[in-house]
Amino acid sequence: MDNLKTLIYKLADSQMIIGHRNSEWTGIAPILEEDIAFASMAQDKIGHALALYTLLHENMGEEDPDTIAFSRKASEWKNVILAELYTKDYGFALIRHFLFDQLEAIRFESLKTSTMEPLAQLAKKFSSEIKYHTMHGDIWFKNLANGSQESKARVQTALNECFEYANGLFEKVEDEQTLINQGLYIGEEALKNQWLNKITSLVEEAGLTVASMGDKGNGSLTGTHTEDLQPMLSEMTEVYNVEPNAQW
Amino acid sequence: MNAINKISEEYVWDKLGSVMDPEIPMLPITELGMIIEVKTDEANNVFIKMTPTFAACPALNVLKLEVFNAIDSLPQTNEVLVDITYDVAWDSNMITEKGRQILKDFGLAPPEKHNGDICIKMLQEVECPHCGSNTTDLKSTFGSTLCRAIHYCKDCKQSFEQFKPV
Repeated sequence: MDNLKTLIYKLADSQMIIGHRNSEWTGIAPILEEDIAFASMAQDKIGHALALYTLLHENMGEEDPDTIAFSRKASEWKNVILAELYTKDYGFALIRHFLFDQLEAIRFESLKTSTMEPLAQLAKKFSSEIKYHTMHGDIWFKNLANGSQESKARVQTALNECFEYANGLFEKVEDEQTLINQGLYIGEEALKNQWLNKITSLVEEAGLTVASMGDKGNGSLTGTHTEDLQPMLSEMTEVYNVEPNAQW
Repeated sequence: MNAINKISEEYVWDKLGSVMDPEIPMLPITELGMIIEVKTDEANNVFIKMTPTFAACPALNVLKLEVFNAIDSLPQTNEVLVDITYDVAWDSNMITEKGRQILKDFGLAPPEKHNGDICIKMLQEVECPHCGSNTTDLKSTFGSTLCRAIHYCKDCKQSFEQFKPV
């Protein structure tokens, strides 16, 4: 698969997977406003995935979006591994969302000037919607990090857990330098630096510490995933797989 | 040979005014700013470009079909092509004045005009569409649909939703 295509799959799949994880809160979030927030953000993420899958289909010869989203097995997905992890509790979901959306804001901001025009157009569209996601993540992070002893401790724990998978957020496609040279992408190193600076300043301002970035999330671009992904995919694709060729 | 009247773009825009937002039934999508471009040619073929308000808008394909039907059903039109495009990224500044009034009449506070820099401040002390007060509280930046935020009016003691600035 050519490396630009792989990159777009990485972006699209990450939105799709975290979109599904966020949607799992529907009906069971700790308070009503958070139920609505996670459902709304999930819908946005899935919409972003759809727009990127549509780009892959219309501009790059890939299958139609439904086929891409619902018929692949775990090893074919290219999402960042942090997104696929089983959601052990609300604190983990919130901090993952805080970290992930800070990154997506930076990533799509940088793609606004990509030399691939359709991708740049989508990046412009997504960026304005992601603003509401980062607003939500930032406010909750700040409130809980500055809250009680318990909330502080739980935020720190969730941060540490997420950071074990942090290097995987920046896994590079093969021959990434060519994409950088062609102005298609600014590259994962640049994104990592911007993200780490931003997160460090937010975390330290809240009196917490930034753990070192771990490698547990590496390998998704070459087919390695955690055991959390396939059960999630099986659930996500259950209706589609009852009759894959159904006309809706 | 019968002379075929060439239809004008204004005529098509006018007919597109019959396609309503499915969740706000008196709001034409033309007042929302979703129709980006209308072109007609000598043979009365029509080319329409539209864009979603939000990328995840679940009504997008339905609206595309309604737009197609509204124009294809006209006796004068020939081929009709409707394209969903991101050439122009929709933002809430594209809602017309008429659209804003329709939102208010419907009970939805319209979005503040903005310069691209959305911040929490823009969502605070929003005018209540029921009683006009600005003594209102933002309750959530998320609501019953992607485009809505939830507020509460301390004067008339009702909650209301706002079409949020994007």
